[in-house]
Amino acid sequence: MSAAQASYARRTQPSQPAGLPRLLAGIADHAAMTLPRHQVMHGPLPHARRGRGHGPGWSAGRLDLVEEIARAGLRGRGGAAFSTAAKMRAVAASRGRAAVVRGRPVVLINAAEGEPASRKDRTLGRALPHLVLDGGELAASALGAGELIVGVCESARACADGLAMAIAERASAHGAPPTRLLIVPDRFVSGQETALVNHASGGPAAPTFAPPMPFQRGVAGRPTLVVNAETAAHVALIARHGARWFRELGTPEQPGSALVTLSGPVAHPGVFEVALGESLPALIGAAGGLTESPRAVLLGGYGGSWVDAEHLCDLRLAEEHLRPYGASLGAGVVLVLSDGACPVAETARLAGWLAAESAGQCGPCVHGLDAIAASLREIVAGTAREGPRRVARLAELARGRGACRHPDGAARMALSAIEVFARELADHAEHGPCERCRRPPELPLPSR
Amino acid sequence: MSHRLRVNPIACEAHGMCAELLPERITLDEWGYPLLDGRPVDDRLIEHARRAAQACPTFALLLERERADDSVVSHIRSGR
Repeated sequence: MSAAQASYARRTQPSQPAGLPRLLAGIADHAAMTLPRHQVMHGPLPHARRGRGHGPGWSAGRLDLVEEIARAGLRGRGGAAFSTAAKMRAVAASRGRAAVVRGRPVVLINAAEGEPASRKDRTLGRALPHLVLDGGELAASALGAGELIVGVCESARACADGLAMAIAERASAHGAPPTRLLIVPDRFVSGQETALVNHASGGPAAPTFAPPMPFQRGVAGRPTLVVNAETAAHVALIARHGARWFRELGTPEQPGSALVTLSGPVAHPGVFEVALGESLPALIGAAGGLTESPRAVLLGGYGGSWVDAEHLCDLRLAEEHLRPYGASLGAGVVLVLSDGACPVAETARLAGWLAAESAGQCGPCVHGLDAIAASLREIVAGTAREGPRRVARLAELARGRGACRHPDGAARMALSAIEVFARELADHAEHGPCERCRRPPELPLPSR
Repeated sequence: MSHRLRVNPIACEAHGMCAELLPERITLDEWGYPLLDGRPVDDRLIEHARRAAQACPTFALLLERERADDSVVSHIRSGR
């Protein structure tokens, strides 16, 4: 394994607050944690000791897990930060209504990280697969699900290998639910809930029209809980240690710890576990500090929001703290853009990449994202007639008008860019391409 | 009973019939795709709305009765 890959598994530094790491405890660079070692590290699955009535966490009936997750205040870590307990209750309600017609629910763990700036889910699958599968198995047991599916991106081979090994280990060790891996193409939209459900049902990995939502009619028409891989891992720990323990870290609105992928000009980019509400400077410090002076930070993902570096020292990593900056932690992506890069050129390239990543199904996404990218390219070249106003209008047109959230993200990114990079946009309008435009691209954009 | 319009953006091919038949609720964007104003469809417009939905060549315009559990659906879709 190369140094760059290994750095993605870097665990939290000793200088971090007490109580961490939680998820990343015992992580190793070279191999996935085996089942015996996982059990020594975290203890057996709680339902294995159900009935003996001990332990601070979940130990009684099936639906108690959902209650414990509700008390913990766990929110999904795939980007939407929706209440995990509410999602589980929705599946349970659909199950009651439709079990006879549609069959037992399905639990679908989403480790299909189509977002190039996020590595946390593939890190979990590669290094700590049993934690992810524990959460899936617990949810399946709480919901009476008949099947557990784990979605992984094609290129994330180490992640698929780690999970496959763990699935095999568990099948021989105890009565795990039937579990299968679902390999999805490396597309940005592959990780959208309905795209995964569509693919798991035998269709293409493209989003579908919803509602019906996956919790109503998901894989093969069955009520389906789609849960992010990190969220599943948190479920595994909440079931063992309880809601009160979970809330010892984090903020009132977003309790717990979270995995964050930090990249850009920092000494040791990688995946870090932080207490939600942690300050961004502390995270950057844990990564060995900045190696270049920053211009801005992209938060949430490639479909996230730019925030000016002048706010960098004030930023705390939780939704309630980022909201005033118009930003969101999303899937835990923090990408620093250096002062040496041209933010307008970077944004134009990113917008072009996002346009190309559209599934091509919905008119407003196809046309809107293309037009946003074209407008930004004209701004870079200094040939735009309307400039940022046109970008803003196009972003409003694209937002909320696709079957999935892809156009919303691209619109959000573009809108934040024209606000944060107003100075550079005006410079380009006046003088055309700048010196920094000629530098090699800083944001990594996978060619597909 | 209140009704609401919804477009299936995957099915929609920008024929534009809907905006023709229900300009009170639907306009077209610069590429010809419908923009819904989001307001419920009242009794006065229901027949026009029904006709617009039926006239869509790709059945992309849906006229739906508002259901009790819709709050959950919209809640989850908005991601909050």
